[in-house]
Amino acid sequence: MSVLVDNNTRVLIQGFTGREATFHAQQCIAYGAKVVGGVVPGKGGTTHLGLPVFNTVAEAVQATGANASAIFVPPAFAADAIMEAADAGLGVVVCITEGIPTLEMVKAWNFLLGKRTRLIGPNCPGIISPGKCKIGIMPGHIHRPGSVGVVSRSGTLTYEAVDQLTRLGIGQSTCIGIGGDPIVGTNFIDAIRLFNEDPETEAIVMIGEIGGTAEEVAAAYVKENVRKPVVGFVAGQTAPPGRRMGHAGAIISGGSGKASDKIAAMKAAGIAVCDTPAVIGETVRELIH
Amino acid sequence: MKIHEYQAKAILAQHGVPVPRGEVVYSAEDAAPAAKWIGGSVVVKAQIHAGGRGKGGGIKVAANPDEAVEIAKKMLGMRLVTHQTGPEGRIVQRLLVEETLPVEREFYLGVVLDRAQGKVVFMASSAGGVDIEEVAAKTPELILKETIEPGLGLTPFQARKLAFGMGLSGAAASGAASAMIALARAYEAVDASLAEINPFVLTKDGKVYALDAKINVDDNALYRHKDLLELRDLNEEDALEVEASRFGLNYIKLDGNVGCMVNGAGLAMATMDIIKYAGGNPANFLDVGGGASAEQIQNAFRILLSDANVKAVLINIFGGILRCDTLATGVVAAARQLNVQAPVVVRMEGTNVELGRRILLESGLNFTVADGMKDAAEEVVRLAR
Repeated sequence: MSVLVDNNTRVLIQGFTGREATFHAQQCIAYGAKVVGGVVPGKGGTTHLGLPVFNTVAEAVQATGANASAIFVPPAFAADAIMEAADAGLGVVVCITEGIPTLEMVKAWNFLLGKRTRLIGPNCPGIISPGKCKIGIMPGHIHRPGSVGVVSRSGTLTYEAVDQLTRLGIGQSTCIGIGGDPIVGTNFIDAIRLFNEDPETEAIVMIGEIGGTAEEVAAAYVKENVRKPVVGFVAGQTAPPGRRMGHAGAIISGGSGKASDKIAAMKAAGIAVCDTPAVIGETVRELIH
Repeated sequence: MKIHEYQAKAILAQHGVPVPRGEVVYSAEDAAPAAKWIGGSVVVKAQIHAGGRGKGGGIKVAANPDEAVEIAKKMLGMRLVTHQTGPEGRIVQRLLVEETLPVEREFYLGVVLDRAQGKVVFMASSAGGVDIEEVAAKTPELILKETIEPGLGLTPFQARKLAFGMGLSGAAASGAASAMIALARAYEAVDASLAEINPFVLTKDGKVYALDAKINVDDNALYRHKDLLELRDLNEEDALEVEASRFGLNYIKLDGNVGCMVNGAGLAMATMDIIKYAGGNPANFLDVGGGASAEQIQNAFRILLSDANVKAVLINIFGGILRCDTLATGVVAAARQLNVQAPVVVRMEGTNVELGRRILLESGLNFTVADGMKDAAEEVVRLAR
């Protein structure tokens, strides 16, 4: 099984005709995702990659029955694209765009409250249910269908962990890259709750990094609610305070967001925290066998 | 992006926060006319992007213009070390000359993002003039908070709650409430990621002022604030970091001797961590991005090798969609062109990895091709010794 996306997911690409969007839409289609069309304001009525293009998400949903989207529009317009997707009632919206102003995300995040849309990202690699559906920019071939749920704030570090699992013959139910921004639609706690409730996810990998307190919040949830094995890693133990480490959200500020605090909270919750990212796969293997 | 105190005060004043009368000067001679028009005793404040300036000797009071010049002479060009600058400190190049105020009480005002709530929060405290993190740790009950609803700004009733809550009354309370609303407005107007007034003061004659000010601007929003870009002070930033930013590279200089080049921020941090775990010290954080073109790899190489401390380099790339052979070709070309002498350990994974390894090994250059992250880290730490 899997969470959020599967064989029934029908995907729209917002910002379809852009270079990155075109490339990654092709990759998603090649992986087997059901991409049903795209949205580009002003290009409605044309086709791209043999698929219909619409002016608005609402029109696209009506015509194609789409229930998810991937957003590749530039940062200045991405928060609006998120709100448009939610307004059209899409169930899963994956925002790949990096660089959205935080106050724009504050507006979009609050617009989503009370709506049925689950936003993943922004500034994320996306989501993949191996063998079923890929919405995002991750390399599909390193994944393998299975029963480990992976949730992470990082892109390539997630690929690293997934690759280790796959080499050990351990497949994944769903891998969710939640994104490196200070405000993201889906956080660790949301993803872990979904994995915990998914009967076919047997173990969970969470990969955090410095900044904010989302790892601590999730650890408290794990302690209370999760009986499945959880393996963790936190990047940035050597990061200096007050510096933004690549991701907009990866910054230790005002004494909060330190890796050591996150690791302590995760260990206290019974999570098997890895000392280095090189042993994530092995640690999962020990716990599930 | 960080800006100076005097720049932050100008922004606050524009939005209606009362600030002391003052002027920024770049030379000691200019301190005299500034002190003259301000009148009476003045305070001379070193302008660097770090707090704790007072303790380091970066804030001094002058009784008259001559004294202001004397102080300015000593302060300009001095290496100011505070708990936020690190041991290397910062060279002082600008001074703010400002009127002194008869301070009765000191408060704290701050606007920050609350990630968990997805909203902006306004904080106010009667414990001003001290490190707010210390207040939060020791006496959290002294910090009052109001959540700002997107689109509404800080409402007058919220500002009144905070002003009265801090123990103000009468005209001072309404003055403080207006200043708070103005501060929240300024935060939103410039897309700040942090706006703080510490201390926010009540004077003996019942007026309120922002005695200090700090504003950090959200880098992601700078595209819509061309005017703010002019406030960037490159002297406050590391030269290599400035150079890297010109090529879209995320580089942060650290004090170790193992240079690293990685694709992706999370993996870059994890690579620093594993170098430390292997007993070494990373010389930098460097994220070449998900794509990592040949040109970027070359620039990245050049920049990380400009750090004289670097004794060995670790390249850690997880090529997903980026092919390892393309990467290897880029690395070899860059190493040849830059005549790289330092030993380089390359660890890569992903598409066409075998071909990539062969290109590196057959190049005749000083490359070690490592298998996993752990081996790579141990090897590069050994080579850096």
